[in-house]
Amino acid sequence: MEIGMLPISASKRGKLLAAGYTTLHSIARTSPTHLARDIEVSESEALEILNVATRTSTLDRSCGSNTNIIDGGQTAWDMFNEERFSSLITTSCVDLDNILGGGINCKEVTEIGGVPGIGKTQIGIQLAVNVQIPLEYGGLGGKAIYIDTEGSFMVERVLQIAEACIEDMSEYSHHFHKDNQAYGVKMHPNSILENIFYFRVCSYTEQIALVNYLDKFVTEHKDVKIIIIDSVTFHFRQDFDDMALRTRLLGEMSLKLMKLARNFCLAVVMLNQVTTKHIEGSFQLTLALGDSWSHSCTNRIILYWNGNERHAYIDKSPSLKSASAPYSVTSRGIRNSTSSSKRIKMV
Amino acid sequence: MANKLINQMALPKSIANIFAARNIITAKDALSLTEFELMELLDVGMAEVTSAMAHISEVVCPPCQTALLLMEQRVRNESLAGHLPTRLKGLDEALCGGIPFGVLTELVGPPGIGKTQFCLKLSLLASLPVNCGGLDGRVIYIDVESKFSSKRLIEIGTKSFPEIFHKKGMAQEMAGRIRILRPTSLSEFAESLQRIKVSLLQQQVKLLIVDSMAALVLGEHDCGASRQQALGWHVSFIKSLAEFSRIPIVLTNQVRSHIGDESLMYSFQAQSRPTKEDNPVTFDSHLVAALGINWAHAVTIRLVLESRSGQRFIKLAKSPMSPPLAFPFNITSSGIVLLDDDGIEMKGPEINTIHCQVKREKLDFGLLVHFSNLFSFTYSKQTKSSQKSTRTGTRKKLRWETETGMGGNIWRGDRELAPLTSL
Repeated sequence: MEIGMLPISASKRGKLLAAGYTTLHSIARTSPTHLARDIEVSESEALEILNVATRTSTLDRSCGSNTNIIDGGQTAWDMFNEERFSSLITTSCVDLDNILGGGINCKEVTEIGGVPGIGKTQIGIQLAVNVQIPLEYGGLGGKAIYIDTEGSFMVERVLQIAEACIEDMSEYSHHFHKDNQAYGVKMHPNSILENIFYFRVCSYTEQIALVNYLDKFVTEHKDVKIIIIDSVTFHFRQDFDDMALRTRLLGEMSLKLMKLARNFCLAVVMLNQVTTKHIEGSFQLTLALGDSWSHSCTNRIILYWNGNERHAYIDKSPSLKSASAPYSVTSRGIRNSTSSSKRIKMV
Repeated sequence: MANKLINQMALPKSIANIFAARNIITAKDALSLTEFELMELLDVGMAEVTSAMAHISEVVCPPCQTALLLMEQRVRNESLAGHLPTRLKGLDEALCGGIPFGVLTELVGPPGIGKTQFCLKLSLLASLPVNCGGLDGRVIYIDVESKFSSKRLIEIGTKSFPEIFHKKGMAQEMAGRIRILRPTSLSEFAESLQRIKVSLLQQQVKLLIVDSMAALVLGEHDCGASRQQALGWHVSFIKSLAEFSRIPIVLTNQVRSHIGDESLMYSFQAQSRPTKEDNPVTFDSHLVAALGINWAHAVTIRLVLESRSGQRFIKLAKSPMSPPLAFPFNITSSGIVLLDDDGIEMKGPEINTIHCQVKREKLDFGLLVHFSNLFSFTYSKQTKSSQKSTRTGTRKKLRWETETGMGGNIWRGDRELAPLTSL
């Protein structure tokens, strides 16, 4: 392994190379004093370099001796077992759940996009409520982080959806346990509201800062099971002149989100806007932020109008086949599209 | 928040100095670089960069609130639970009380449909005293197209709130609370926004109206991406204005025609559908909102005003709390009046289409007005007259004459505006 791989500053790396230390092997035998003299740094800095180097080289060596091919990582079989029991968050729309294989997957980054007014924010709020369905009702009993970049989060609407969700749960328990005294739903809409952590982000710098900070926040709040970003696009679409910089920052952000999803076993849902793109002589709709961004999510769902119905289409997923399903937005939240005829009008 | 100075964040002295030496002064400077770029630029190790960034991020990132706290705050601090009632019963019910504070509400519709009427009524409502159901505050009305009519404002006032406006001096006081600004360009608009930002909190301003946003943006000379960029900046500024001062902001948008019946689709939709080769090419045009999809994403509530077979409708096309509803309305001397408080629920593409079918008898009148205004070259008069004219052919020809005669500059904005063609 070479010096170039060490996570140290560029000037120190330069000095090492200039003094003839090219491999980790050569560094490992020197004493800190010797090294300090050789490359003209203070002794404490030299010690630091040695520490980093030995840490890296032990990692390097252990690879060969162990039975595993490489340290870290998992076998496919372990992953399969883990995924079989991994938890899913229902969308409250059975058709949509079916094509998603049961709901929104934890440990994955899911992007949902669509035209204005199609129901992106509604799905976001619904998921923030649904993640809190207790374990005995087949939910996760987790908490939610809602990152609002557009200011479209309406508390009144959350309350409506939360109330409807509790009603549904009590109906469900009534159905299965006739003696509903013991199994009555003890949840209160206010407690659902209490478990949604809301961040209002006003610029792209705040957005990046927040994603950096989430790591710490989730460590302190272990029961957070979903992070919703509504929308990931807004600020990145407004304030940028330098598109290359935008791509780099977005790339870094999505990597961090992916890491969060994996490390803390939570679902990340990013809502995205649409834009028009000129393809083969005609304008077509596509999700915003460009082509390199579209690689950054695990699953991509596009919401669109199909005649008079709202549909969701799986545009990209490593495990699900592309399919589309109808859904509807009711006063009670996201529901199956067939039940929409029974909708109670808000008068 | 983003412009916080790094040297005031209590970072370890050594690393703070390095940031300062590399001219990375604010959090924005630091966060606009990736960690690798920072490592190269600052010439320090990965571990230091990561820990410094974690610290900066923690300082900069916005505070966390639970949704419950948010709701309690709204209920406690705001009159009418954060809504400006429109006094249109059906609409108010659908919107949980009226135009919400802190977000953008958009009115879109063809000329002459009643957008300005709606704005006039709203500005009156915001200025009314609290015991009459108003917000008892000042109103800033940004009138881009010079369509604000003070006479009409007083008329609406006296007709809808006679008990207030017949009291001596009250009409003067109410109307005195509404301040009209007339910026002529986007840069002037930006300037007045900056001034508004300062005065919003001190002056008890309770409503901001921009009539119309589209005229402002489309009037600019540059097109395409740079215009999009300029709009983007304004949108995020207005949004933050609404957010921090917690007032409702109402903006109007114009329409333009969209040639061809092929609506925008995703690429996967195009494959699944049979191509319509056998159909003869149609040049049907329909109306769409003048400011495009990027803008539409930014507004929280979109109200579409349209007319279908002689009847005007107000449609709730986008709202986070209500199903899409359409209400028939009429314009009377007291402003907009709903004919039916039970909305008609809409489905599918109907929600976003904008119809414009004006009654036939208006036509002669419209042309007359048009001719009288033909040689007055203010932009606003043109739009005024175009409200009434309905015949495309004539209009196109007239426009062509003026354009060739006078040089295109005046009409540049107009080219983007739609001729009213969907007759």
